[in-house]
Amino acid sequence: MSNSALFLVVLITAFVLVGAALLLALWLAPRSTNPLKGQVYECGIPTRGTSWMQFRVGYYLFAILYLVFDVETVLLFPWATVMRELGPAGLESVLFFFFILTLGLAYAWKKGALKWK
Amino acid sequence: MWSFERFTGWIDTSLHSCMGDGWALLTEYVLIGVAVLVAYALIALFLIYAERKICGFFQCRLGPNRVGKWGIFQSVADMVKILLKELVHIDRSDKVLFRMASFFVIIGSVCTFGALPFARGLQAIDFNVGVFYLLAVSSLGVVGILLAGWSSNSKYSMIGAMRSGAQLISYEISAGLSLMVIVVFSGTMQLSQIVAQQADGWFIFKGHLPACIAFLTYLIAGHAETNRGPFDMPEAESELTAGYHTEYSGIQFGFFYLAEYLNMFIVAAIATTMFLGGWQPLHVPGWDGFNHAMDCIPSFLWFFGKTCVCMFLAMWVRWSFPRLRIDQLLSLEWKILMPVCLLNLILMSVVVIL
Repeated sequence: MSNSALFLVVLITAFVLVGAALLLALWLAPRSTNPLKGQVYECGIPTRGTSWMQFRVGYYLFAILYLVFDVETVLLFPWATVMRELGPAGLESVLFFFFILTLGLAYAWKKGALKWK
Repeated sequence: MWSFERFTGWIDTSLHSCMGDGWALLTEYVLIGVAVLVAYALIALFLIYAERKICGFFQCRLGPNRVGKWGIFQSVADMVKILLKELVHIDRSDKVLFRMASFFVIIGSVCTFGALPFARGLQAIDFNVGVFYLLAVSSLGVVGILLAGWSSNSKYSMIGAMRSGAQLISYEISAGLSLMVIVVFSGTMQLSQIVAQQADGWFIFKGHLPACIAFLTYLIAGHAETNRGPFDMPEAESELTAGYHTEYSGIQFGFFYLAEYLNMFIVAAIATTMFLGGWQPLHVPGWDGFNHAMDCIPSFLWFFGKTCVCMFLAMWVRWSFPRLRIDQLLSLEWKILMPVCLLNLILMSVVVIL
């Protein structure tokens, strides 16, 4: 049995779990119509406007920083696997890579991207 | 030591003896799917009961004690109740994305669950990039959470999803870097090999200081990734009602609840596999009688025992500490945890080279 086939089996299992439970709930659960039920929950006060609007930029900055460091993690995993065989030469090049990354983090820190205003 | 391979091998031969190869393979696939499903549901039921009971004891009360002896059937009763609840849909929500969100959350946790080595010879998916696969698939949950918050078109959900997204993606980096320390030490990403290498000593003992630091950072980052207190900003109930799943009802809310508990199990199980030796028994060099006695305990008991210890730690932390603010949470990750993880990785590679 190949791993990819097993992965597909587990993926289908997840779909079946959600689908079957949803169908079961649709069959068992009561259904009643009431215009008030469709309203957004906001502690009883009628909501104003839509929630699909501009959002604070802080989250966006963190998302960009995440992107940088997550790609770094992806790049480092192959290095980590063959670390023993590469020896000191591998460590030196990765240290240089780290140096540039840390410079980037320090820049973001200095610029106040990590501060929640 | 008894291996599950004997059991699976017996199923394999008996299936092949009574039907064609294609049908036997199909039956095996179905059996694996059913096994994953049953284990997933049982662990969730057990965890929900354990969490409520432990929470009760921490707060000097009894916890659930009405349904069955000591309330052990409480979570089964809850599951039946949640299936009987109406699925309410918000008028202005995005219906398709609203339903898709629960699929994403569950897929993220089931696919990670399927790759865990539970016992000797009991592991469904065993990729040679196992650690990488775990990190990749478990981050699907973030997509589900962001979709849930966005599609609900409710302000509480939106704010909860944004906070949750920021928190999950931030702590994912620390979790990845902590696991990478072990990958550097063991030189492989395959989970079965990582466990096999720990036969003569768990990595937390063998891996010198960096492995211990990585274990701590992984526990913190993993705890934050499961959205549990003191990092439960996204669903800070005093300000956001329930965060990203405010508008979900019935079984659709149940999916988020299920995934949250299973993610706690998965984080504890990964910590066990990577640092505490997976299903390997505790061995002390030189103590032959002790080692032999430890070998007699079945491997799945070792795995679940260690996982339960990690989970108990998570529950203890959850019920003991006050909640952090979002800015404290993010600065903990970016200003403390991540630099520590990077330094620790360098330390580990120096240790490996020397």
